[in-house]
Amino acid sequence: MEYAPPQFFHRGPAPIARLTFFALLSVLLMVLDARFRYAEPMRQLLALAVYPLQQLAIAPVSALTHSREFFATQTRLRRENNELRGEKLKDAEALLALESVRAENEQLKRLLAARERLTGDSIFAEIVYAGRDPFSRKVIIDRGGQHGIALGQPVIDAAGVIGQVTRVQPLLAEVTLVTDKDHAIPVQVVRNGLRGVAYGSGDGTTMELRHMAANAEVEKGDVLATSGIDGVYPRGLPVARVVRIERDAAYAFAKITAQPVAGTDQHRQVLVLARMDDTPTWAEESGRGARKAGKSKRPPRKTD
Amino acid sequence: MPLENPGQQYLLLPAKGGFIVASLLAGLAFNMLPWQDVRGVPDLLAVVITFWCVHQPRKMGIGTAWVLGLVMDAANGALFGQHALAYAALAYAAQSLHRRILRFPLWQQALHVLVLLAATQLLMLLVRLAAGGTYPGISFFVGSVVAAVLWPLVTLLLLAPQRRPAEVDETRPI
Repeated sequence: MEYAPPQFFHRGPAPIARLTFFALLSVLLMVLDARFRYAEPMRQLLALAVYPLQQLAIAPVSALTHSREFFATQTRLRRENNELRGEKLKDAEALLALESVRAENEQLKRLLAARERLTGDSIFAEIVYAGRDPFSRKVIIDRGGQHGIALGQPVIDAAGVIGQVTRVQPLLAEVTLVTDKDHAIPVQVVRNGLRGVAYGSGDGTTMELRHMAANAEVEKGDVLATSGIDGVYPRGLPVARVVRIERDAAYAFAKITAQPVAGTDQHRQVLVLARMDDTPTWAEESGRGARKAGKSKRPPRKTD
Repeated sequence: MPLENPGQQYLLLPAKGGFIVASLLAGLAFNMLPWQDVRGVPDLLAVVITFWCVHQPRKMGIGTAWVLGLVMDAANGALFGQHALAYAALAYAAQSLHRRILRFPLWQQALHVLVLLAATQLLMLLVRLAAGGTYPGISFFVGSVVAAVLWPLVTLLLLAPQRRPAEVDETRPI
């Protein structure tokens, strides 16, 4: 006969055993997420489950912001109106010039039999909140997979590039800002066309133009715009302005720091651009070549 | 046996499961408020988890804390499993220390909680550094200090339903 304690005292596995189990499970999930991105469906499911709670939490805050906008004084609105009118006039001039240039450009492209740049639908979105994660620079926008947002779409505001969509949930999407440490964006110095890659510096406010030779022709105040060679960002969007250059003879590269031109802290409205399908991807091109070569070389499959 | 903690001088009503769930959801909602770039915001969910692990270790356990951590990760866009690991460890530590913590007056309990929460944050920091993150600065830990300061208030609020008299008095609000 067995002398087991009565059911009343039964408390399940020891706490240390439970902790070990859950810790191992977490480590497994983290590795899957960080290395292979396998945890995405589960994450989406959980995110969708807490979406109502999230909206509930955000509602009073956004109501406060909206009511503050509602009670904006008339003088401020009038001043803003005047400023906007002036800006509109200025923009109209630039726009007219741009129109003619674009028409000319299209004609030239047609002459070159190049594919026209696809200007697909862009989606208007609002920043719901900034990610709470202090280790990365991300914002959450109120448009998601249901509204046609796809991975990798560039996101801009009125002043320039903000970042790129890196995670799509059904109703929300996560945008990694250009200042994130793991974010890289190919840029071009507007003044002289010098190309480079700008990385987020990780401190949250600045970017770094890495791997530029110590004597590279970059000056303080230079504007960096997207070069468009990555096939993600369309060409010519302003990204950052160079604020500091340290040239040290001891290092092969100059340390160039730039300040993003887009203000994610000031604006809440952003525009999600359609992915640029202008440049043929490398895989497609090489695939075509390989297929041609393969056809001639590959022996015909034997049938049993 | 007289105890220093005034909350333990008389018998408390049993904690209601619904209230525990509601308080955890409230902590989660607080964490999901749009704290744009405000530094030093306490992780209220961690505080509530600690509270229930200390006061009701048989109703709040490591598994629940782990699931809540997963939800935090999903809502935050953090590394999936980072909060889960940290909250599971927090729940374990709080459960193992609950007899000890309850013997102290509230402000000394807060010191215990400060150590627990700071250790939790340190664990998250180590995980993120291992995954290739950058050190966000010492201000990262300010949230734990704020949370520890809030501990007496949280205790008062969350123990209030259990301090109601057993016979319901219609004229008394709570």
